[in-house]
Amino acid sequence: MEILIAIMVGVLVAASVYLMLARSVLRFLFGLILISNAANLVIFVSGRLTPEAPPLIVEGADAPLAEVANALPQALVLTAIVIGFGLFAFALTLVYRTYQNLGTLNSDEMRLAEPIDVKAEPTK
Amino acid sequence: MSWVLASPIIIPFATAVLAFLFRRGPEGRWLSVIGSAALLAASIVLMIEVLDDGVVAAQMGQWAAPFGITLVADLLSAVMVVITGITGLAVAVYALSDIDQRKEALGYHALFQVLLAGVCGAFLTGDIFNLYVWFEVMLISSFGLLILGGQKMQLDGGIKYVTLNLVSTILFLAGVGLLYGMTGTLNMADLHGAVQRVENPGLLVVIAVMFMIAFGVKAAVFPLFFWLPASYHTPAFSVSAIFAGLLTKVGVYALIRTFTLIFTTDVAYTHTILLWVAGFTMVTGVLGAAAMNDFRRILSFHIVSQIGYMILGLALYTPLALVGAVFYLVHHIIVKANLFLVAGVAQRIAGSTDLDRIGGLYRHAPLLGLLFLIPAFSLAGFPPLSGFWAKYVLIKASLDAEHYVLAGVALAVGLLTIYSMTKIWGNAFWKPHPDGAEPRLSQLSGTDRAALLTPIAVLAGMTCVIGFFPEPFVQFAERAAAQLLDPTDYVAAVLGTSDVPDLSGSTGFATPDVPVPDGVDALPETPETEVAP
Repeated sequence: MEILIAIMVGVLVAASVYLMLARSVLRFLFGLILISNAANLVIFVSGRLTPEAPPLIVEGADAPLAEVANALPQALVLTAIVIGFGLFAFALTLVYRTYQNLGTLNSDEMRLAEPIDVKAEPTK
Repeated sequence: MSWVLASPIIIPFATAVLAFLFRRGPEGRWLSVIGSAALLAASIVLMIEVLDDGVVAAQMGQWAAPFGITLVADLLSAVMVVITGITGLAVAVYALSDIDQRKEALGYHALFQVLLAGVCGAFLTGDIFNLYVWFEVMLISSFGLLILGGQKMQLDGGIKYVTLNLVSTILFLAGVGLLYGMTGTLNMADLHGAVQRVENPGLLVVIAVMFMIAFGVKAAVFPLFFWLPASYHTPAFSVSAIFAGLLTKVGVYALIRTFTLIFTTDVAYTHTILLWVAGFTMVTGVLGAAAMNDFRRILSFHIVSQIGYMILGLALYTPLALVGAVFYLVHHIIVKANLFLVAGVAQRIAGSTDLDRIGGLYRHAPLLGLLFLIPAFSLAGFPPLSGFWAKYVLIKASLDAEHYVLAGVALAVGLLTIYSMTKIWGNAFWKPHPDGAEPRLSQLSGTDRAALLTPIAVLAGMTCVIGFFPEPFVQFAERAAAQLLDPTDYVAAVLGTSDVPDLSGSTGFATPDVPVPDGVDALPETPETEVAP
């Protein structure tokens, strides 16, 4: 099971790198979503997979009696998903606003903040 | 005890809520100033406590050390929080005049306070996943501040800042996951012991490099710095100043913390990479600055080159070098934030930050000239200002470690720093204004002048104090560096003294008697657990 998820993480990362190398900012963003899910899966697997053993504690006991799944990575993944969701919502809005204002999604054409050779231009 | 540690985080958050509620009136900006002053006071209380008692730690929610979230302050954390308070207050006062009502109504002050809370949290946390959360708090508020106002240039810079920082965050997160998978703990003090018992140290180095890249992006080191000069010159000057002062330094702090406390198993490999990174960062930063022709863009590239010095201190990994790194960190935050504040005043009275379109500042506003010269000379390392001592200690350390090339690079970069500072000086201050205008400070109203110049003057004064009386500061940096190199105190404060020798067990948990419920039993690194499944 771990191997399967490891392969899945690899595929996700490969796909996201391909997307992130594109000039279009929107594709970059999709790549980012994929890679963040890959990272979440990495955390999930790093707690080792223990199927069919929910981390529940019997009433009256202080700790689970048998071996159960590690709950901590799941809590971490949950936190990471929530944070990631917020960030992507923001990033998507930012990209949309940028498209409205600059009229392009091509990162090569976004040169307003760093114009090419400011000094050479007026002397021409 | 725990209030002392928690208050530098609680105060800015509380201020943020209040400032957001009062964002449409003048109360918001004064709340921001009061909140920042309270943060400074709280940080000084924390500093006194750390100076008296050594490392201070507190378990949040009363969960015992390796399980719950720990807040911990050693000397480095404490001084970083104090410096956050100082810069925060200076910028909050500056923002009284710099931030217009439109930006205030959009929630500038609330975002600013959340940023301070995130920065303080990152300095104080003792838990690596919690560090990730604080990075996110810091990031999301910095995103907001960066594009507040929504000019085209800001959006353009914002895209690059947001995307590259998100990639680094995800790398950090994946690194945390893998580290947990190997060690079964997230507590940094506990990790210090746990990494020694990892069966596959090679894999640990891979994770170390992941962290190095993730924090390297935050710290803007070569070759990961491109988001910084693309975005730092676009927002309001207050925002630029607080970013320049604090944000990259959180990355440097995280590098110093993790590479002195956790990833010290293969110093020869990891710190050699850092050594190269430091050299290239210094050189590329300063060359980039030499090619720029805008007040803020020159300063932005100088952040990059100065980061190189701090990384150099960490990479050499000798006591003296770490002294230099800590000293440099403190000196640099004050100086850099101040230079951006000066750039803001120059823009206000001369009309631009483009060096071709301004001039005459020395003739008509000599006070501003003086206030620029102090941080500029300090940045370049002129004696007797603070930058001289910082550079002196670092170069001495690299000579002692027989890294003569790096010492030479550090000196040459200092020289090139002077070159670009003279470029700013010659163009903005000496040259007459191209439009024949006479930029005077008296163009500003009395309250504006007070709000803009007081923080600059105070920060410049601090640069001079550190420069003229460096001894207590160097002694302090020595103590901080000693704590970094020998984290016994840190570990003992977090885990409790009695538990430290008990860590011979394989799980790294301090209380081996308690049945451990989590999947720690399933970790394959430990011999006895391989039997378990």
